[in-house]
Amino acid sequence: MAPPINRRPGFSKRAQYSIFASYLLGILGAILGLLLLLVSFIDPLGFSALRTIGAEAIAPVSKTLSDIGGATGNAEGEISAYFNAASKNAAMRRELEQNRIEILEARALKQENERLKRLLKLDEDVPDSIAMARLISSTASSSRRIATLGVGSNSGLEPGQPVRSPEGLVGRVLETGPTTARVLLVSDGKNVTPVQRASDSLPAFATGRGDGTVDIQPINIGTNPFKGGDLLITSGSGGLYSPGIPVAVVIRKTETGAIGRVLANPAKVSHAIVQPIFQAETMRQIGKNAASDAKKETGE
Amino acid sequence: MPRSRHSNIGRQPSQLRIRLVPPITVVLGSMVTALPIITDYPILPPMGLIILLAWRLIRPGYWKVWAGFPLGLIDDIFSGQPFGSAAFLWSVVFILLEAIDRKAVSRDYWQDWLIASIATVFVLLGGMLIVDLQSNMLRLDLLVPQILLSILLYPFVARLIGAIDHWRVAS
Repeated sequence: MAPPINRRPGFSKRAQYSIFASYLLGILGAILGLLLLLVSFIDPLGFSALRTIGAEAIAPVSKTLSDIGGATGNAEGEISAYFNAASKNAAMRRELEQNRIEILEARALKQENERLKRLLKLDEDVPDSIAMARLISSTASSSRRIATLGVGSNSGLEPGQPVRSPEGLVGRVLETGPTTARVLLVSDGKNVTPVQRASDSLPAFATGRGDGTVDIQPINIGTNPFKGGDLLITSGSGGLYSPGIPVAVVIRKTETGAIGRVLANPAKVSHAIVQPIFQAETMRQIGKNAASDAKKETGE
Repeated sequence: MPRSRHSNIGRQPSQLRIRLVPPITVVLGSMVTALPIITDYPILPPMGLIILLAWRLIRPGYWKVWAGFPLGLIDDIFSGQPFGSAAFLWSVVFILLEAIDRKAVSRDYWQDWLIASIATVFVLLGGMLIVDLQSNMLRLDLLVPQILLSILLYPFVARLIGAIDHWRVAS
């Protein structure tokens, strides 16, 4: 573009000093940034208040836009539904008949299940959901995988609560603001989910890889029993996620484990359900122990 | 900017507009993460950075060397990166750009594009390295689509910023 103005200082001492000072301020900025970075490594949630303010400030825009996006998506579907309506109608009727039978069977199974649970005294009273909301935005420009949810602590959300969709586990609540919450997605590199294979409850850990897949490592090292198509569900160990939520499907084997594709694609999740922490009491005690440990460490 | 300040023809544009328009556009660019784009991998170009680079290369005299720090901090609030990551990387970019400005005699459009591309790649790679310093799962291949998109987007952003700059200094 235009040639830059000649800013060579020449022999003027004063001009040279002012250039030196401006560089010094720039370098100071870089050092300050580095220090802040160190602080946020030591205490990752230290600046959450600022991020929450930012998320709350842009939430109205995100919510409105995501509503519009949802509306256009629906319109598309409704228009295409006009075509081949007759054949669809017939197919749906057949499906309805089929479903009616299956519902009756399921009801019978549910009753039997409850009876058996009563026998085993396993009837845990875990409410199904705290809140239901849309994912309104995500960190699409960063290599972290964090999404923003349209509800927050006003609806009873707390950090640690699992977020799921009908397809499977989406992630867990990381930080909450009054009307927004930040959700650490399953595919984030810092999210480790205790899982098990659905067929034989083989325990494993699923660590995010940052691209919609997870790295699955079996707890029993040495053997690699995974094969393509294995379904992985949450195991409930750790006390955060209730057992039985689908997480991922194995797409290929690696040397020590497997790579799995996350089932709940956050881009397609229309509504996310926030569930209570599976074993809140255990988690609280772990938190307490950790806090007292930290106190001991700082005391010594 | 200096040219318009000394011009005596016509009215002077408001000082507020001259001073505030560039940083405001950069902050708006940082806020682009508010769009309901939910993705499995990083794909959205870092708009705040690209807009800032366009301003910095079009108007070298406007920016102080330390300007990368406050604007980077604001970007960190919205980007989801660890706090301080953009503040550090943008400061480094500004120091390097200042050094280049003092060395080079003149630059053309292609050199601007090259410099902006190198700076964007540096910041994106740096951002990923900062994130992965803790989780040790470095996957630079993930960044390729985002880097390509950012580089291809720069000329359009530069045009847009040029137009905004024209309006900014016009009376």
